[in-house]
Order: sequence, then structure tokens, then C-alpha cells
Amino acid sequence: MSNVNNFEYAPAPESSALVDIKSEYGLFINGKFVAPKSGKTFTTVNPATEEVLAKIAYAELADVNLAVTAARNAFVKTWSKMPAAERGKYLFRIARILQERSREFAVLETLDNGKPIRETRDTDIPLAAAHFFYHAGWADKLSYAGHGSNPKPYGVAAQIIPWNFPMLMLAWKIAPALATGNTVVLKPAETTPLTALLFAEVCQQAGLPAGVVNIVTGDGATGSHLVNHPGVDKVAFTGSTGVGKAIAKAIAGTKKSATLELGGKGANIVFEDAPIDEAVEGIVNGIFFNQGHVCCAGSRLLIQENVQDEVIEKLKNRMNLIRIGNPMDKNTDLGAINSSAQLGRIKDLAESGDIEGAMRWSPDCKLPTSGFWYPPTIFTGVSQSHRIAREEIFGPVLSVLTFRTPQEAIDKANNTPYGLSAGIWSDKGSRILWTAKRLRAGVIWANTFNKFDPASPFGGYKESGWGREGGRHGLSGYLKGQY
Amino acid sequence: MNSTLLPNYSEASLRNFLKTLPPVDQVGASARVEMLATRSIKTSSKNWAIDLAIRMVDLTTLEGADTPGKVKALCAKAVYPDPTDLTVPSVGAICVYNDMVKIARDALDSGGGKHIPVAAVTTAFPSGRASMEVKIQDTKDAIANGAGEIDMVIDRGAFLAGNLGLVFDEIKTIKEVCGSDVHLKVILETGELVTLDNVRKASYLAMLAGADFIKTSTGKVAPAATAPVVYVMLEAVRDFYKMTGTRIGVKPAGGIRNTKDAIKQLVLVNEIAGPEWLDPSLFRIGASALLNDLLIQRMKMRDGYYASPNYVTLD
Repeated sequence: MSNVNNFEYAPAPESSALVDIKSEYGLFINGKFVAPKSGKTFTTVNPATEEVLAKIAYAELADVNLAVTAARNAFVKTWSKMPAAERGKYLFRIARILQERSREFAVLETLDNGKPIRETRDTDIPLAAAHFFYHAGWADKLSYAGHGSNPKPYGVAAQIIPWNFPMLMLAWKIAPALATGNTVVLKPAETTPLTALLFAEVCQQAGLPAGVVNIVTGDGATGSHLVNHPGVDKVAFTGSTGVGKAIAKAIAGTKKSATLELGGKGANIVFEDAPIDEAVEGIVNGIFFNQGHVCCAGSRLLIQENVQDEVIEKLKNRMNLIRIGNPMDKNTDLGAINSSAQLGRIKDLAESGDIEGAMRWSPDCKLPTSGFWYPPTIFTGVSQSHRIAREEIFGPVLSVLTFRTPQEAIDKANNTPYGLSAGIWSDKGSRILWTAKRLRAGVIWANTFNKFDPASPFGGYKESGWGREGGRHGLSGYLKGQY
Repeated sequence: MNSTLLPNYSEASLRNFLKTLPPVDQVGASARVEMLATRSIKTSSKNWAIDLAIRMVDLTTLEGADTPGKVKALCAKAVYPDPTDLTVPSVGAICVYNDMVKIARDALDSGGGKHIPVAAVTTAFPSGRASMEVKIQDTKDAIANGAGEIDMVIDRGAFLAGNLGLVFDEIKTIKEVCGSDVHLKVILETGELVTLDNVRKASYLAMLAGADFIKTSTGKVAPAATAPVVYVMLEAVRDFYKMTGTRIGVKPAGGIRNTKDAIKQLVLVNEIAGPEWLDPSLFRIGASALLNDLLIQRMKMRDGYYASPNYVTLD
């Protein structure tokens, strides 16, 4: 028995033996895994260790052609002709398989992405399954979704998803597309393709008709082939505002419509009458959840100046408890940065904070020697004009600003080209409603942050994107309404 | 008692002070404790936590049917929880009704348990519905019979009616009866206060009035020691320490029946109040059935398999 009051949590690693990672993966086209025409491959690594996990097929134009053709055939011959209730059954089946194989998916996501197993196990994978369940229910009720009595699918949807929530973003894209009767060619992010490829196996297991879901792996060039393909009717993209703008330009003047979920610089507003301890928890959740790789992260903290000291002191104490390290350990709170490129961007922007005169603080923490890591960091004394208050960092870096009056909070929160998310912390209901009405953000949380539900539409104002995903509103992105 | 936070202990100044406390958000508090409940405590940390939890148990019997025989048996168990393994530490205290204090004290003294204090529940436990004279006499009796710790109940009716001064004065008076040698645990009976805002306010009221410990429940009202309630009380002692430099203890009681629940409590202590509170002088668990589960888990950690319940003693 130790006399030291030190509750060191012994390592509690989840087993990586739960997944069978193949050494090489093909493209998933027309219900089968096939080799890329060029034979080219690239590797995906575990960002926590830099170990290579697998060789991944690199899709070029010829492969994209095959995938779009397969999707078109499936749409014309099978999927659009199938009774809606039957489509729903496939979605229910996929949802159930995701639940049954959730541990496998969680482990694979953590290995490929670097995020903690606690998050993949408790958030990413359960929510992904929930999206399939939710949309399965919609499949035969689309006439009642508010898009006319007989809304029609677009046809072939090209979907491009990011690396921050690989499986969850796949579910956000594929579930509504299939429920509404579209077929899909999906390109996962270059650094995180593995759960999408495991999902391809789930499609096979569910007996989904060949070609309804196709998965092509590659980089930006692959995505560009897909977006520009004349056989595509609909583009859905989640990623950076820069790429989103390029996509919007590329499809201008074509028949294609687009849903874009882009960047954000969410304001988390803490009023003096807030439940301070829970607000601190919400601040931590807002910026350190998923290493801050969250487009709706609460990356700007706006604190009413008269409670600033109390909030910052409690925030620092709370940050001292964040457990950084092996993402496979069930007690890890903050995992690895997804790639060295992203780590470089975070470092650059954080350095600009130092140069522009903001004050940096991080808890004492030992970072692993291999892999890509960044400590949880806050900058106080940040002004609206600082780069770290304006540009999306997409990492565990929080910019702290203050305000004096509710109107000033609104003005500062809205003073950004983005408009994806915001948080309000106050015990006063009238103040929450007053504030929410004036914030230009697609998602506003009151006394919580980063909570998601398939029934709740998600999307941005201004340069944070076009359209909504989830809920009844999200269906409109995949339906041609007849009003 | 702390004169630094308040100009005086009038009803008005107490009320004003409690109004300065930030509100608690029920949803956020629950989310926080749910997240902490996912902490996975294995191998060496589990061994450490089990022994610590045993040392923190206030082994309790509070029944109308309590007899000298029952209390003596419990005292024997408190000293040597597992007579086959003397590396098992003794529990934190024995907790009994007033009239059993002397029996317990004698049993402990003659059974090798001089180091184990007897805690007595007083002040017309569990309802607290009696005159102040009776409550004082109840406490004096217990101390005279050898109680080293007093577990008093607050007047929940007075608290809910807004008579904060009355609640405060009762605690202060009982602390004066206890003096500095007898530890005072103040039972808030959070199941009757219901809201977490009330729990926070009552915690501060008790700490200001001189409590050495704040305790969740009598065990006679459900719900008892829920995780969000313990979370709010741990925050209260943490923040009170920052304000005054005095560390107040916390005692959840009621509903903590197995090792898993006990370890979850220790995780809360570790991550909310801080590691300084991971000590029987600042954290106790009021329980009876819990002890045997801790012993069974301890054997499992030692031997690698679960022993039959017949290998732990009933009491």
C-alpha cells in the first residue's frame, strides 16, 4: 500500500487486436474491392506513432469514371426503382451492423486518426450509427418532409469528407443520400481512409446492391476528378473554406448543386451569471474535444470582463487535468494531431499569437516522443485583430477575449467571416434567447457545447458553408423538391 | 469558522453571501460525472484504490433492530475486515446510533481497534425534528460515551423555508458542543434539498458554520449520494479551501454498494477536489455492504479469481 496521495491511473489500453487491418486496400467500386488502374498506392499512418498502417489504392480519373458509372447504373437500375421502405431496411441493417461492430470501428478510427478511444467509442461511432437509424426512418416518409408531395433524388452524389471525424462525416453524408434515393461515390480524406473502407465491408455484409455506395481513396486531385465529373449530379463537401470555394467555382454553371460544410471560428460567450464550473467544462469540451480538430470548435472564448480572472483560473486548473498521450488508452483525453502538415499549421498560427503579443499558457505535460502532438494551449490578452482571433487554427489552441456588455459580445462574436457555431453560458433564460437571436451562427448551444444529434440540422452562415446536414432540413440537400 | 468571508453571521449576510455563489447547471454537472465515470482503473491503481477505499469506509449500522451483539460484531469486522489477511487495513470509523456508542467504543478498545473512532448520528437523526435542547443533549451524550465524530443532520425544513440563520446557528452550536477534538460531519440530506443549487448553498452554510465534514445523506432518503451531488460538494470544499485555506472533508453515504462505485467516487475526488482529499481524514464513504465487495475484489486482484461470498464474513 502506498502512502502517497497520488492516484496515478495505470495504463488501460484498448486492444488493437480487435481489428484486422489488411496490408493493402483496393477501391470499392460496384460492390467489390478492385485495384486502381494505375496500380498507384499511398500509405496511411498512425499519427500517434508514425507507424504505417496500410497501403491504400490511389484513384485517378479512370477509377473515378468507373465509380461514377457504377453509381449511375445502380441509381437507374436498382436504387431509384426500389420501394422506399426497402431502402429504409438497408439503412436499418447498416445501422445495426455498425452497432454490432462498434468496438472494431472505434479502434480502427483511433489508430488511423489519433483521436482518443474514449471519443471514438462514446461519440463518433454511436453517433454514426444513430445517423443511419435516424435516416432509415425517413426513407419512406419523404413526402412529409416539407419538400413537396413527391420529392425526387438528384441521382449520383459525389461526397468528399475530412479527416477530423472520418466515420461520423461518412454517416452524415451517406445516410441522408441513401435514404433519399441517391447513390454515392465517397472520397475519404487522404490521411484517414480506413474506417470508410471497413464501412465498404459493412455494405457488403448488409447486402447493399452493388454500386449504391462506392468509395474511392486518394488526395485532392482525386477529389477534383470527382467534383468535375459530368456524371455527378450533386456535390457534398466537408472541409476547409479554401477548398469549398474552389468547389463552388468548379461547379458554377453546371447542373450540379452543392452542400458545403466549411470552416468556423466559433465564439463561446461566458456571461457573469453563468454556471462557472460547467462553463469551464464546456470551454474545455469546446476547444479540446478531438484535439480541436472540429469545424464548430469554440475556438474564441469571450468572457465578460468582470469574471475573467475566476474563469481563467478555473480553466487553467481544469486544463492541468487533461490527460495527453496514447489515444488507445481509455483514460486519454487528448490524442495526437492528425498529421505533420496539420501540426505545422497549428504551430505557425500559435507562433503568430506570440509575435502579436498574446500571452500563451499550457499545462505542464509530457508529450510522446514519436507521433504528432501539440499541448492544450490558451492565449489570453487576444484582440480581435490578432490572427489567432480570426483564422481557424483547427487545433487545441484557444483564444481568450473579453467583453463588457451583451451587445459587445454579439458584435465581437459576429465579427468573423465564418458563422458555424456559438455557445452561450448564462443562467438567465431571457439573456440566452436575446443573444441567440442576434448571433449569426448555424448552431448555437446554450450551457453546453459540441453536442450533436441526427435530428438537429447542422451548417453554417457566411463562409462556413451552404446548406444543412441532419434533421428534416438536411434532407433538402439530397432532394429536388416539388412544391 | 471563518470570519474572513462574512462581516457577521446575520441571516442577511448569509443570504447575501450564498447569492454570490455561481449557479450549478444540472445537465453540465451530470455530463461531467458521466465522463469521469468512464475512467478505467486497472492493476496497480486498482489495488491502491481498493485499500484506500477500505480505509475510508465508515462502517455503519443504523437500524431500529441494532443490538449490542450486532454492533460488537461490526466492530470486530472494522478492525480486521479480513481476518485471514492482516495486510487489509482497518476501516475509517464505526458509525452507530447514540445509544450504541459506548458498546462500540468498548468493543473496539478491547478488540485491537483503539485507533478507530466511533461516529455517532445525533441531533434527532434522521429527521432532525426536535428541539435544540434535545439535539444538544443528544450530542453531549454521544461524546460523553466516547464518540470521536458526530454526524449531525441539518434542519431541512428550515433550509427550504429560507431560515438560513436557523440552520447556521444549529450547526454552529453543535460544533461548539463538539469542540476541536470531536469531528463534526454535517448531513445535508441532499435527497430532500433536491436541486444542485441547494446542495451548493447548504454546503457553504455548513462549512461557514464550522463543519469538519459535509455529508450527503442519512441513508434513509432516496436518492442518496448521487454522483452529481458529490461533484458539487467536492467543488464546494475545493473552492472553500481557496477562499479560506481550510480543507473540509466530504462524506457520501448511501447507495455506494460495490467497488466500482467506490472507485468512481475516488476518481471524482481526484479530479474535482484534488489528490489532497484522497485521505481518510478528508474523504469517507458511509456504507455497510460495500466493505465485503471491496474485500472480494481485493482477493480477486491477489488471487486472480473471484472467491465465493462465503470467504468474506457477514459482519
